[in-house]
Amino acid sequence: MARYDSLLDACGGTPLVGLPRLSPTVPDGAPPVRLWAKLEDRNPTGSIKDRAALFMVRAAEEAGRLRPGDTILEPTSGNTGISLAMVAKLRGYRLVCVMPENVSTERVQLLRMYGAEIIFSPAAGGSNQAVATAKQISAEHPDWVMLYQYGNEANARAHYETTGPELLHDLPTITHFVAGLGTTGTLMGTGRYLREKVDGIQVVAAEPRYGELVYGLRNIDEGYVPELYDATVLSRRFSVGTRDAVLRTRQLVEVEGIFAGFSTGAILHAALAVAHEAVRDGRRADVAFVVCDGGWKYLSTGAYGGTLADAEDALEGQLWA
Amino acid sequence: MAIEVRIPTILRSHTGGAKVVEGAGDTLGDLLTDLDSRHAGLKARLVTEAGALHRFVNVYVNDEDVRFLGALDAKLNDGDSVTILPAVAGGAFGFAAAAAIASHAVSRRAADAR
Repeated sequence: MARYDSLLDACGGTPLVGLPRLSPTVPDGAPPVRLWAKLEDRNPTGSIKDRAALFMVRAAEEAGRLRPGDTILEPTSGNTGISLAMVAKLRGYRLVCVMPENVSTERVQLLRMYGAEIIFSPAAGGSNQAVATAKQISAEHPDWVMLYQYGNEANARAHYETTGPELLHDLPTITHFVAGLGTTGTLMGTGRYLREKVDGIQVVAAEPRYGELVYGLRNIDEGYVPELYDATVLSRRFSVGTRDAVLRTRQLVEVEGIFAGFSTGAILHAALAVAHEAVRDGRRADVAFVVCDGGWKYLSTGAYGGTLADAEDALEGQLWA
Repeated sequence: MAIEVRIPTILRSHTGGAKVVEGAGDTLGDLLTDLDSRHAGLKARLVTEAGALHRFVNVYVNDEDVRFLGALDAKLNDGDSVTILPAVAGGAFGFAAAAAIASHAVSRRAADAR
């Protein structure tokens, strides 16, 4: 047990728990292959994004970019907005989030509860419309500060300074680190730290493969690669479809009692793939993966029950990770 | 020798609208050349003139990114599944909007400086 001066001080230091039932069985006499889950849902607002939000706000304060009473602008449909809303509230800033109007009601309610203001961009236009809306808002409010998590070094640094050292401390025998690829901050920061400290560490990315609607909207020449992304930090990168992500998310709660969101299911799918390869090759493996958040915010999708096909349909066209 | 290839919506103009096509080849490069013989122009959308995979294209063999398997030299086997996708890291909405604001802010600062 521990005590902290404030909620912000309670960020990070999350438990790493073994998964004895989901870890593959190895033949008699073969070296052990074990899976470990880093429970990032135990952060103050329930997701790994608290680490990045706190570091990005602190970095902006230290650089003099943020002063008391300033407004932070963040385009997000996910956990980063919720984390920033909490940090902004406690540090004395106003937060404005831009998001598509078709995000789940849980997210909107959570953001408003933490005190964030929301500007909706029309769902019909997808990300092209979001771009237009974002440009317009930015032009109307030149004094608002955007932390830009996709290119903000403090996002990756949060994981270099906290997630990485925590993992190595708790699991000195780590052989694989598996996390989700979104802003790429978790993998870049943690991956760089572990590569410096652990010979032969495998840094493995799991990226969500969404339904066609999400990709259909864009042209190849308008593709996006976050500025933080450095492919040399990664060893491998897996694309995980909706069906596999849902299957693993359900397996995690059914077999090990860990109730997580669907991005965690995608990560577990990749973690199991590398674990089974290690078994096949007769190598020892301690595979640590990230549980990004709990499943609460995704219950309204209905994808935790019914057949896998129903769940896949329910998530079609949604940004589920 | 057949390899199943999943084509994203925006490239289906080259495949007569087909979502999935079949091809053959010992490497990804060979496969793309084979596909291009029946689906003209497809390869040029995926590979740059310098002979590398386009920056904003991701190709996966059995769900694994080929850039970590040798890129165009990645070895293929009968029965493999290849998926082609435009590069959209997770959080497509947030990144699209954030990139727009960031580029807007930079151009505004540049304009202010003039």
